[in-house]
Amino acid sequence: MIRRMFPCNPHAKPAQSQGQSRPHNSPLKNEDKMRPFKSLTAALMIGFSSLTTVAHAEITIDINSPVIEPMPFAVPDFIDEGGAGELAANISRVVAADLAGTGLFIETPQDAYISRVTSFDAPISYPDWQAINTQALITGAVQAGGDRIVVKFRLFDVASGQPLGEGLQFAGTPESWRRMAHKVADAVYARITGEGPYFDSRVVYVSESGPKNQRQKRLGVMDYDGANVKYLTDSSSIVLAPRFSPNGDRILFTSYASGFPAIYLMDVGSLKTRNLGEVPGTMTFAPRFSPDGNTVVFSLEKGGNSDIYSMDIGSGAMTQLTNAPSIETSPSFSPDGSQIVFESDRSGTQQIYMMGAGGGEGVRISNGKGRYSTPVWSPRGDMIAFTKQNEGRFHIGAMLTDGTEERLLTASFLDEGPTWAPNGRVIMFTREGAGAGGQAGLMSVDVSGRNLKAIPTEGPASDPAWSPMLP
Amino acid sequence: MTLLPKALLLVAALGLAACNNPDRYKNGAGADGMNNGVGSGINTDGLGDPSNPRSIAYFNQSVGDRVLFPVDQSTLTPEARGVLAGQASWLATNADYAIIIEGHADEQGTREYNLALGARRAASVQDFLISQGVSPSRMRTISYGKERPIEVCSDEGCYSKNRRAVTVLSMGTGA
Repeated sequence: MIRRMFPCNPHAKPAQSQGQSRPHNSPLKNEDKMRPFKSLTAALMIGFSSLTTVAHAEITIDINSPVIEPMPFAVPDFIDEGGAGELAANISRVVAADLAGTGLFIETPQDAYISRVTSFDAPISYPDWQAINTQALITGAVQAGGDRIVVKFRLFDVASGQPLGEGLQFAGTPESWRRMAHKVADAVYARITGEGPYFDSRVVYVSESGPKNQRQKRLGVMDYDGANVKYLTDSSSIVLAPRFSPNGDRILFTSYASGFPAIYLMDVGSLKTRNLGEVPGTMTFAPRFSPDGNTVVFSLEKGGNSDIYSMDIGSGAMTQLTNAPSIETSPSFSPDGSQIVFESDRSGTQQIYMMGAGGGEGVRISNGKGRYSTPVWSPRGDMIAFTKQNEGRFHIGAMLTDGTEERLLTASFLDEGPTWAPNGRVIMFTREGAGAGGQAGLMSVDVSGRNLKAIPTEGPASDPAWSPMLP
Repeated sequence: MTLLPKALLLVAALGLAACNNPDRYKNGAGADGMNNGVGSGINTDGLGDPSNPRSIAYFNQSVGDRVLFPVDQSTLTPEARGVLAGQASWLATNADYAIIIEGHADEQGTREYNLALGARRAASVQDFLISQGVSPSRMRTISYGKERPIEVCSDEGCYSKNRRAVTVLSMGTGA
């Protein structure tokens, strides 16, 4: 991997001591894991460290604050340093869309700019940016040559007239240009909010077409913002509720490919798929990975009764985890792998329970009015997202893992199936309209309840599941 | 001697598996599987003449191929038991049909729970038919959860028709 630094401010003295600086949340380093997605050929990270220890009050956003005034930011079109053409501007547009899309930032329109940024290393005229009340300035440049592009950027705190940390540079193929834009935006987001990044991620989901009584379904995968769609199956069989493996290299889902619903495992790279659950006379569904990616927990139905089982993916060995005449389904592991949260209607209605990873009776954690289902453990470990039905409405909600501090984030005719962004701060889910014309679509909302919005998809869509951060 | 029944069962099971893909709703099926103008989305080819009392069409229309369930329930109502008793006696005299029991739910529930609920409903019907003398080796169950409503409005008038278990017959590999 190339490691190269460039100074933040070409007119400042060279910063000292940045030896192996690492990003605050170290999200951008290459993990030593698989490559389900083409990783960028070099993701050079130069940490935001040395210059930030000065005692001025730097710009920050506390996303837990009850009231958030979006922070104005400016992203002049990135400079084409050779061969990049319109890619340079396109990358800066994606950076702007990522940041503005959080609702935490608001873009200062380009036609308000007083200064032009004509060169990546030209000094910043802070008064020109202060005059238009922007607070964060992101400049960047793109070089393209052969099968490779290089994107670099800097972030500036306009009010204090300081760069925020040092520059950062990513290299990859021209096709991966949106990923590099997402990485730039992730670095800015993480720097200013102190939260983990999430823009450089993918979502696997079910693409829908046709009328409600003849719905066709196929698996799709897209960038978190709906771009770069790729379909993984055709529409010849119903497919439901996919899930990414913890490192993004495989997908679990339920399919009717054999004629009967069963759980399947797909390799994302080769699309090779195998049936994991072909036990004659049974239905298997609701599969999820363990955090180490080696085990699947799922529901197995026999004679009308559904219980939760686990299966070692390598050996196929199965273990029954619940044993009750009620419906037990929609399991989800804790990030440390020690516990499983699931739903059961043993009390008469769907409620959420927690048990050890080895199985058992479980302890009920949902306590409010109504029915609770589809629990999903946050990647941060602190919360459980769920679907709730009460008085004819559906909600997406979140609560602490002991069931306290429940908050409902949405309400509609039909909201279901939450999935967490890799940073545990945003939830995506399915919203479906009523009646013959009611279509399913994807929505996202912050765990604070703010920033409810639709995710653009090519057609109706359902059952989103967020990937981990890409390598 | 004990090997023989097992072998027969195996043959029966293979026959069932081979005879049809139970998704008669045709989820696309490639290039021309869709949009052939059948409003209900169900392929109705090959059901025979409804005036022939041994036809599938007769079973569907005159015996009754489906039973309905109250919200969230899989217990059979007295009315459902009456329909299923009629199915059982018809199936006793028409032993060549293989049976798939589909369980369905309305849209007022989460996807995976509704899959489990549909399976419960199909199993209720299967258990009742077994109690009425229909051979288990003729039957399989499948749940569609809320994936294949028959009515698409979003009120109780439609929901009540979607909470159903349907006894689907195909020719060939009965007892």
